[in-house]
Amino acid sequence: MNRSGFWGEVKKNRALLLMLTPAVLFFLLFAYVPMAGIVLAFKQYNHTGGIFGSPWNGLDNFKFFFESGNAWLVTRNTVLYNIAFIVVNNVLQITVAILLFEVAGKWFRKIAQTVMFLPYFISWVVVGAIAYNLFNFDVGTINSILTTFGMEPIDIYNTPGYWPVILVLVAAWKSLGYGSVMYLAAITSIDTEMYEAAEIDGANIFQRIWKITIPNLIPTIIILVLLAIGNIFRGDFGMFYNMVGNNGLLFSATDVIDTFVFRTLISSNDIGMSAAAGFYQSILGFATILIANYAVRKYDKDHALF
Amino acid sequence: MSATASSINKASQSGGKGKRQMDKLLLQILGYVVITILAVFCFIPFLLVVSSSFSDEQSIIEEGFKLIPTSFSTEAYSLLFKYPEQMLKAYGVTIAVTVIGTVLGLFLTSMTAYVLQRKDFKWRNQFSFFFFFTTLFSGGLVPWYLMITKYLNMGDTLLVLILPMLLNVFYIIVMKSFMNSIPEAITESAKIDGAGDFRIFIQLILPLAKPALATIGLFIALAYWNDWYNALLFIQNENLMPLQYYLYKMLGNMDGMRKAMMQSGAVVNMALPTESLKMAMTLVATGPILLAYPFIQRYFVQGLTIGAVKG
Repeated sequence: MNRSGFWGEVKKNRALLLMLTPAVLFFLLFAYVPMAGIVLAFKQYNHTGGIFGSPWNGLDNFKFFFESGNAWLVTRNTVLYNIAFIVVNNVLQITVAILLFEVAGKWFRKIAQTVMFLPYFISWVVVGAIAYNLFNFDVGTINSILTTFGMEPIDIYNTPGYWPVILVLVAAWKSLGYGSVMYLAAITSIDTEMYEAAEIDGANIFQRIWKITIPNLIPTIIILVLLAIGNIFRGDFGMFYNMVGNNGLLFSATDVIDTFVFRTLISSNDIGMSAAAGFYQSILGFATILIANYAVRKYDKDHALF
Repeated sequence: MSATASSINKASQSGGKGKRQMDKLLLQILGYVVITILAVFCFIPFLLVVSSSFSDEQSIIEEGFKLIPTSFSTEAYSLLFKYPEQMLKAYGVTIAVTVIGTVLGLFLTSMTAYVLQRKDFKWRNQFSFFFFFTTLFSGGLVPWYLMITKYLNMGDTLLVLILPMLLNVFYIIVMKSFMNSIPEAITESAKIDGAGDFRIFIQLILPLAKPALATIGLFIALAYWNDWYNALLFIQNENLMPLQYYLYKMLGNMDGMRKAMMQSGAVVNMALPTESLKMAMTLVATGPILLAYPFIQRYFVQGLTIGAVKG
C-alpha cells in the first residue's frame, strides 16, 4: 500500500479535505467559473450558446463601451469618489478614534460610540428613504427648513452639482462608527508605557498624539487603505443605486462603473457591453491591487497584504 | 490609564505642568464638542424618519417633513397594520433567509477556518490562497449573474437569496485567526484518543470558538437581513420578496402599494397618506434591528477588535 506521495497525503487528510469540500465548491461555482466566464467580454452572447458556446466577436463589445462615451465618465466618477471616500472617511475616523480615546467620560464614550455605529446597521434602501426625506423637492426636510427661513427651495434631485458633496457625506456618515471603532481598537492596543515615557519626557498631549498614537496607527491605516485601493474601481452599488436610482439627470455626477454595468445588463440587456465593462473593471482593479501591494512591500515587507 | 498618567504628572513637578494640563483640558473640550456634534448628526436622520412617520399627511404636503411634527397622526401605521399581508410575507421571507443563511454560513465558515488553521494540514496555504484570490480578482457581474440564472437555474427561488451570500473570505480569515489562539494541544490529544477531525471540530473547537461565532454570526445575519441586491437581480415573484427589497419597491412605487392593499380588501379609491406611509414602512422594516441594536452592538465592536488586532 502506497502511504507516501500525493495520494498518501490525500488519504491521510481525507476528513479535512471532506470538510473543505463545501467551501471549495462554493467558490468554484460563485467565483472561479464566473472568472472563466470573463471571456464573455469577447463574445457575441446568445442564449443557446451560453457563456462558453457563443461565438467570438473580438473587441466589438469594448468598441461599443468606449465609443458610447460612458467609459471615461464612469471610470472618472468611480475613482474620484473612491479617493474622496478613502481620504475623508479615514481622516474622520482616525480623528474620532483619537478623541474617543482621550475623552475621559466612560459613559459618554460608550453612548457616543453606540450612536455613531447606528448607521452601519441599516440597509442602503433605508438610507435611500432617509435621503428622500431630506432632499425631496416638495416635502423634503431641507426645503422645509429653507422655506421656514424664507429662502427658495432647492431642487437637489435635478442638480448634479450637489451630489459629490452629498455622496461623500453619506459615505462618511454610514462608515464613521465602524471605522472609528476599528481605529479605537488599534489605539487601545498601543503599549501605555510609551505614553507614560513621553509624559515624563515632558511631551504635551498633542505631541504625544502626533509622535506616538499616529505612527502606531500606520500599519492599520496601510492595511485599510490598501484594501480600499484594491477596490478603487468598484463603486458601492448599494449606495449609488439607492441614493440616485435611475435618475438619468444626475448620471454625469453620479454614474459609476457598477451602476453602469447593472443598467446595461438589466435594463438594456446588452450582455456583451456589460461584460466588457465588467472585464475592464476587473483587470484595472486587479492591476491596482498588485501595484499597491508591491509598493507597500517595497516600503515595508510586514505591512503588505500578501 | 489616565489615573497613572496624572499620578506621574503629580510626581514630576516640572515647570511645563500647568501648560500641559491646559492642553489636556483643551483636548477634552474639543473631544466632547466634536463627538457630540457628530453623534447628533448620526442620529438626527433616524429621528426624522420617526417623526415624519407620525406626521399628519396634510401637514407634510403643506409644510414638508419636520423634525418636530406640527400635527401628530398614527394614520400611516393604522393603515399598515390594517392590511399587513404583503409586509408579513416579506418579513417571513427575510426571517427564513436570515436564520437559514446564518446557521449554514456560520457552520461552513468555521469548518473551513478550522481546516485552514490546522498546522498539520499540508495544503493549508494552497487552499487559503484559493479562497483569498477570489477577493483580488472577479469575473464581474455578468458571468456571475448568468451562472446563477442560466446554469444553476436559481432565479425566483428562496435559494438564490441564501446561497450566493453563504461564505465570505474575510469572515473565514477572521475566524481562522481567532482559532489560531485555541491551543493546538486540544486537537493533538483528541487525535491520540482516536477522535476524527470532524468530531474534534464539532465537540471541542466549536464550543471554544463561541465568542467568534457570536460576532461573525451577527455580521452574517445583518448582511442577510439587509440584503436587497440579490432580490433586485433575481426575484420577480412577489411572494419571495425579502423585507428590504419590498421596502425598496414600495418607496419607488406607491401605486404598487395601493394595488397590494386593494387586493387585500382596502377601499379602492382611498387616498393614501403616501409620504408618512413611506416613512412608517421604513421604520417597520428597520424596527427589529433598531430594537436588537443596543444588545448586539458590543459583539460587533468585539469582532472589529479581533479583526484589527490580528490583522
